[in-house]
Amino acid sequence: MNADTQEPVSADTQEPVTAQVSSGSRRRRRMWRAMKRNKTTLVGLVLTTAILLVALFAPWLVPFDPVQQNLMKGDMPPGAEHVLGTDSFGRDVLSRIIMGARVSLGIALSAVGMALIFGSTLGVVAGYKGGAIDTATVRLTDLLMTFPTTILGLMVLAVLGSGMVNLSIAIAIAITPRFARIARGSAIALRERDFIQGARALGMSDARIICKHVLPNISNEVLVVASLWTATAILQEANLSFIGLGVKPPTPSWGSMIRDGVNQLLNQPWLSIAPGAAIFAVVLAFNMIGDGLRDILDPRTMD
Amino acid sequence: MSNYIVRRTLWAIPTMLGVMVFIFVVMRILPGDPAYAILGDEAPPEALEQFRRSWGLHEPLWMQFRDYVWGLLRGDLGISMANRRPILPQILRALPYTLDLAVSGLAVGLLLGIPLGILTARRRNTMTDYCARVLSLAGISTPSFYLGILLIFFFAYQTRLFPVIGAGDLNDPWDRLHHLVLPALSVGLAMMSYITRVTRSALLEVINMEYVRTARAKGLKEHWVMYKHALRNALMPVVSVVGIYTGILIGSSILVTIVFNRPGLGKLMVGGINTHDYLMLQAVMTFYAGIIVLVNLLTDLTYALIDPRIRYK
Repeated sequence: MNADTQEPVSADTQEPVTAQVSSGSRRRRRMWRAMKRNKTTLVGLVLTTAILLVALFAPWLVPFDPVQQNLMKGDMPPGAEHVLGTDSFGRDVLSRIIMGARVSLGIALSAVGMALIFGSTLGVVAGYKGGAIDTATVRLTDLLMTFPTTILGLMVLAVLGSGMVNLSIAIAIAITPRFARIARGSAIALRERDFIQGARALGMSDARIICKHVLPNISNEVLVVASLWTATAILQEANLSFIGLGVKPPTPSWGSMIRDGVNQLLNQPWLSIAPGAAIFAVVLAFNMIGDGLRDILDPRTMD
Repeated sequence: MSNYIVRRTLWAIPTMLGVMVFIFVVMRILPGDPAYAILGDEAPPEALEQFRRSWGLHEPLWMQFRDYVWGLLRGDLGISMANRRPILPQILRALPYTLDLAVSGLAVGLLLGIPLGILTARRRNTMTDYCARVLSLAGISTPSFYLGILLIFFFAYQTRLFPVIGAGDLNDPWDRLHHLVLPALSVGLAMMSYITRVTRSALLEVINMEYVRTARAKGLKEHWVMYKHALRNALMPVVSVVGIYTGILIGSSILVTIVFNRPGLGKLMVGGINTHDYLMLQAVMTFYAGIIVLVNLLTDLTYALIDPRIRYK
C-alpha cells in the first residue's frame, strides 16, 4: 500500500499553474503579447531590468568608494553630498547599496541558477525514467520541503560555515526541490506524448531524447519557476545575511548592511532603513513579474 | 472519518523518523568532524580524540543515531556543547515564546487576511480591491525582520506605544501581550497578504460556478450565498496556504526573535550556530521539524473535515 496516494495533495500556491506543454515558439510569442498587456508584469519587468542594470554597472555608478573608510565623515545624516548619509566608518550608504545590489543579486541569482540546473536535471530524469529513481527523488524532495527555506538554509550554513559561496549553496539547496518537482511533473506529462514515443521507437537513447526533446519542451515552465523563486532567493539572502552568515565585511550586501545598522536605529535610522528599502524594491519587482506570469500561464485565463 | 484520522496520524511517525535521519546525517556527516570545528585545525590529536570520546563521537554512526532517537523518546537531549547544561530544559524554557509568536502571527494572518480576501473578492476591480492588492503585494515582498525594524522605529521609538525589545513577563498576560504586538505583526503581515490573495482568487473562481448561480437564482440572500455556498468551497486552497505559510512563518519568526531580542528557539538556534554547538542545533532542528510535521498533519486533517471526499478515498 502506498501511503502517499492517500495524502491530500497540498497545492503549493508558490508554484505557478503550468499550462499544457504545447509547441514552444508560438506559445512564447503569445506569452510575450499577454505580458505586454498585463500592466503589473510590465512595471515589474521595467523595475527588474533597471535594478539588474544598476547591479551590472555598479562599479561605474557609485559616487564614492563603498569600502573606503573616512572616519572624519562618520555618521553623517542624508544630505547634499551623501544622499543617504554615511555609516560610522564614514562610508557612503548609497554607494554601498549600489554595490550591495551586485552582491545580493549575485548570490540570489547564482543560487537560482544552481537550483535550476540541479533541480530540473534531477526532476526530468526522475519523471522520464520513473521507477526507483523517481521514488527516491520524490521522497528526497518531500523531505527537503518539510523544512521552511529559512530553516533549511540556516542548517546548511551551520554546517558549511558562513561566506558568499556557502550562502549561495545553502539557498540553492533550499529551493532545488521546487525545480525538481515542476520538472518532474512536466517530464511525466511529456513521456507519453507521440513524438517522444516515436523517438523511442526509432531507437534514440534516453539521454538523447531528454536533451533533444524533453528539456526544450519544459524550458518555459522551468524559467517561470525560476522567476518566481528568485524573489524568495533574494529574501533568503537578506535573512541569512542579517543573521550574520553572509559575506564577510567590508563587502556590502543588503542584509548585512541592515545587520550593521540596526544597532543605531534610534540615531541613524537610514543605515538600516535604506538597504531594506532596496530589498523591498527588488523582491516587489520580481513578485510583480511572477504575478503576471501566473495569470498568463493559468490555462483558465488563456484565450 | 476516525479511520482516516488514525491512518494520517500514524503516517506522521515515519515522516518524523525520516526527518530525524536527515537532520542527523546533515549534522554529523557533512561538517566533517565537530571536534575540528570546535577545537580548531591546529588542535593536538590527543585533544581531538578526548573530545570525540567525551561526546560519544567515536561510536559508529548507527549507534549515535540510536542514542539520539532513544534520548528523544526518553526526554533526554544530552547537554549543550557550549554551556554544558542539559538541552531539553533550555528548549522547554524557550518554547512558550516561540509558540506565542507563531500563534499570534497566525492569528494576525487569519483574522485580517480572510475578511480582507472576502472584501476584495466582493468588490472586485474597485478602489478597495486595488488598494488591498497593492498592500498584499507589498506584504509578501517585505522581509519580516525588516518589517520588524520599521515597526520598532515608528511604534517604539517615534511614538512610544510599544516596548522596543524583550518578551515581557510570562506570568503577566497584559505585559506579555504588549510585548507581542509588534513581533506578531512582523511575522503576521506576510501571512495576511498570502491569505488575502488566495482567499480572493479562490472565491472568484467559485463565484462563477453553477451552484452559486443556482443559489442566487433561488433567491437566497447574498450573505448566505457567500458564506454557505461560496466560502465553504473556496476554503480548501486557503487551508493549504495556511499550512504551507505556517512553516514559512516559523522560519521568519527566527529572524523576528533576533530583531526584538526575544527568547525563543530562534535564539537558541542562532546561538548554536555561532558556538558550533551541534547537539543544540540538532535538538532545535528536531523541535522545529516536529512542529512542522504537526502543522502538516493538522492541515490534512482540516482538509478531511472540510471536504468529505478525502475521508472516503
